[in-house]
Amino acid sequence: MPLIDENKLTKSKNRNQKIAFFLFASVGYFIVTILVAILSFIVYKGIGVINWNFISQMPEEGMTKGGIYPAIIGTLYLVSGSMLFAFPIGVLAAIYMNEYFKDGIIKRIVRMMTNNLAGVPSIVFGLFGMSLFVNKLGFGDSILAGSLTLGLLVLPIVIRTTEEALKAVDDTFRQASLGLGATKWQTTRRVVLPIAFPNIITGLILSIGRVSGETAPILFTVAAYFLPKLPSSIFDQAMALPYHLYVISTSGTNIEESRPIAYGTALVLILIVLICNLIANGLRKYFSKKVKMN
Amino acid sequence: MKNFYKKFSERFIEGLLMISSTITSLTVVLIIFFLFKEGLGVFNKKPLEEGYAVVINRLNSVGKLNAEQIKNIYDQKINNWSELGGANDSIYLFRMEDISNYYTDEQIGENFEHLPDCLNSIVDSIKGVIAFFPEKYINKSFKGKQLEVDKVSLKEFFGGEEWFPTSQPVSQLGVKPLIYGTLWVSFGAILIALPLGLAAAIYLSEIAKGRVRRIMKPLIELLAGIPSVVYGFFGLVIIVPFIQQAFNLPVGETGLAGSIVLGIMALPTIITISEDAMRNTPRAMKEASLALGASKWQTIYKIVIPNSISGITAAAILGIGRAIGETMAVLMVTGNAAVIPTGILQPMRTIPATIAAELGEAPDGGLHYKALFALGCILFIITLLINLIVEFVSTNRKNTKH
Amino acid sequence: MYKLESKNVDFFYGTSQALKNINIAIHPNTVTALIGPSGCGKSTYLRLFNRMNDLIGNTKINGQVLIDGDDIYAKGVNVDSLRKKTGMVFQKPNPFPKTIFENVAYGLRVNGITDKKFIEERVETSIKQVVLWDEVKDKLKKSAFELSGGQQQRLCIARALAIQPSVILMDEPTSALDPISTAKIEELIYELKSKYTIVIVTHNMQQAGRVSDSTAFFYLGELIEYSATKELFTNPKIERTQNYITGRFG
Repeated sequence: MPLIDENKLTKSKNRNQKIAFFLFASVGYFIVTILVAILSFIVYKGIGVINWNFISQMPEEGMTKGGIYPAIIGTLYLVSGSMLFAFPIGVLAAIYMNEYFKDGIIKRIVRMMTNNLAGVPSIVFGLFGMSLFVNKLGFGDSILAGSLTLGLLVLPIVIRTTEEALKAVDDTFRQASLGLGATKWQTTRRVVLPIAFPNIITGLILSIGRVSGETAPILFTVAAYFLPKLPSSIFDQAMALPYHLYVISTSGTNIEESRPIAYGTALVLILIVLICNLIANGLRKYFSKKVKMN
Repeated sequence: MKNFYKKFSERFIEGLLMISSTITSLTVVLIIFFLFKEGLGVFNKKPLEEGYAVVINRLNSVGKLNAEQIKNIYDQKINNWSELGGANDSIYLFRMEDISNYYTDEQIGENFEHLPDCLNSIVDSIKGVIAFFPEKYINKSFKGKQLEVDKVSLKEFFGGEEWFPTSQPVSQLGVKPLIYGTLWVSFGAILIALPLGLAAAIYLSEIAKGRVRRIMKPLIELLAGIPSVVYGFFGLVIIVPFIQQAFNLPVGETGLAGSIVLGIMALPTIITISEDAMRNTPRAMKEASLALGASKWQTIYKIVIPNSISGITAAAILGIGRAIGETMAVLMVTGNAAVIPTGILQPMRTIPATIAAELGEAPDGGLHYKALFALGCILFIITLLINLIVEFVSTNRKNTKH
Repeated sequence: MYKLESKNVDFFYGTSQALKNINIAIHPNTVTALIGPSGCGKSTYLRLFNRMNDLIGNTKINGQVLIDGDDIYAKGVNVDSLRKKTGMVFQKPNPFPKTIFENVAYGLRVNGITDKKFIEERVETSIKQVVLWDEVKDKLKKSAFELSGGQQQRLCIARALAIQPSVILMDEPTSALDPISTAKIEELIYELKSKYTIVIVTHNMQQAGRVSDSTAFFYLGELIEYSATKELFTNPKIERTQNYITGRFG
């Protein structure tokens, strides 16, 4: 072997490693710092704005005073509407794809389509929702059109998380049930779904977080700048939190005066996402403990 | 009988499940149909506002012009008909507001009832005239000639360097500035996010201790959950003023602001996917490298990274995909100037931001509306390509793993 | 002098003790087989000799592990250099995602060798040593994944040989291979003995009988019996050893 100074080699190896590891660790902490900075900045600026009146009152004086009650209600409607649409269909689709569909070209195509749908930018969903639901089907700018558009947007996410939950169920459970003479559906309903249930619910909650923050799909399908009244039917327009934040921070004549409202709205949006994440994590832990106890 | 019922309900349920699973595919097909039906419609339209006409003197031999030529006339870049293949006459631009130079209000009439006649005689009397007015003012005795305007062509659409759909008399529908804007902002974002994201992924998967990882990973995933409009807002109140001051610019809303915001947004995608790929490196492979006397860092860059390169590629491509399609955050911080950018410190306008900003003002079914759908088609095709590439990269990986 | 030695070695993963007071001494140029049921500590023991267990956090070792009389767990020992003295072969063939050539050259490159000609020569000799040269000499630039499982495992042995270790540690090297490839590897082990000291963990009693000079039987972290292979298989001193090698428990 050519003469190599062992100590020198080890030294240079160690030095390189130290430099590299230090760099990577700094980047890791840097990214976490960015996140913490964004969150704490908005909490810091927004926390003083949030109180019961902010949550429960209508906006006043061109959005510079008052609360964001109608936007909260609108987002609530849109989240419920889109989940009512996407959740059952998504779960059923996932069951079919995971439990029934035989491997082959058709399954691959369906899977590819689902993946592609997941990658379509949200503004394209907005375009699509506008041309199909608003114009073609004549729903107009309405909660119905917005919910359906948002529902289509989260559908692939619901399918994916449900499929993952189903895949995590050990095959022996299915075989045991089928071996006892149960039909496929009986097996799915009584054995597979109960086991997969916690993960499915977790996925559902995370997609609620996603839906409540989406703006681009609702721009042209439902969102209104300001409505003096709450929507009374699914064919009415509605205000929504993310759109509200967008308009009061970029357009209008009172941008500066409505800044506090904007910080408050941003904080409410972040809180929704945070709470969804916390609930999902909590559920995950709760269920995994329960499984262990059994 | 019971057996029959059981069988029937099984079938029924299976059918129901099957229909559900086809909905995504159906949606993709419907998206393609609606997007392209409206979007391709742009090539079937004249870039002239509906109900308007461009007219010239009947003796003028020019009969047909395209959008660019008309624009050049109105910008007074073309001043003689001979440049357009006509006779050697200088071009006389007649604008509607010029009518008071020729006729008094009484002559035009209280309800503009004589306006068609007035316009008729102006067009008839000036040989080099070109005029633009609503079609309804052309009456039966009109002696001028209505110019034919070419439909929007593919070349104009993709080659045009100006995006000004509401310009008169002809809309300028060149998507180049928007495509360039999108590319500048997205590649800027990936230049920021890829090195940072990879470094963080390496740290998380190979270096960080279990406890650090357990805290850091969910935090980074949380970064993915924050709505884009909140990122946009943060960019607007922090990054935009910062850039304005740091570079001493008239406005802070620049491509760079968009790149930074998008870069932060693309981080979680890049980190989670490439981290997954790295963690999939077999333990035995890493141990074999260490057993040969390689240091941990040598093992990372000589074994772990090459082994997970397809996952890292997928992460980068998906990161770009996210950046290209992102709408709200970009709309709020890039300044939205539809000009071909020459540097990252200029205001830019991306394709998604254009759709979001303009669709609300574009009348349903009109040229502008269809042009925005055509932009949607471009976006859709880009994301489709990205998905296919990622699919290809990851199936390739599965095949070489054995 | 003994090539490898362990004196009163205890080893802990966290609070659970994986090895209890192990004393073994191994002569140079011999093959030692480590046998015993799953979880008996034989792999853990093997990995003490190149400090592979260091990679797992929260472990503790008492006693001494010696190579050529030097305590490898003493303070100031250079782990990278230590690992160069020992080559390791794993359960499943685990070539790197590189070409055949680069797989074998890897150990040289990470240890700072840049002389191209030297590397080429060393790669060739190493591959010849594992009797793989004729099969791969025309495709050294191809990915190592294109080889069959048995070829991959021999390549991994060549990879270990290239840095000229004096000890080869083998962790069930044939458990993922077919009988023909297994026979080739066993033959190879027999030939390598003249130059190296080999320690092999195996599940396969016949394999231990065929390739090794001495055998150590581990059970629940303890060394039950350690003697010449012939002795151990024909005339075990301890009943538990007999029960194991005759297949009464496993």
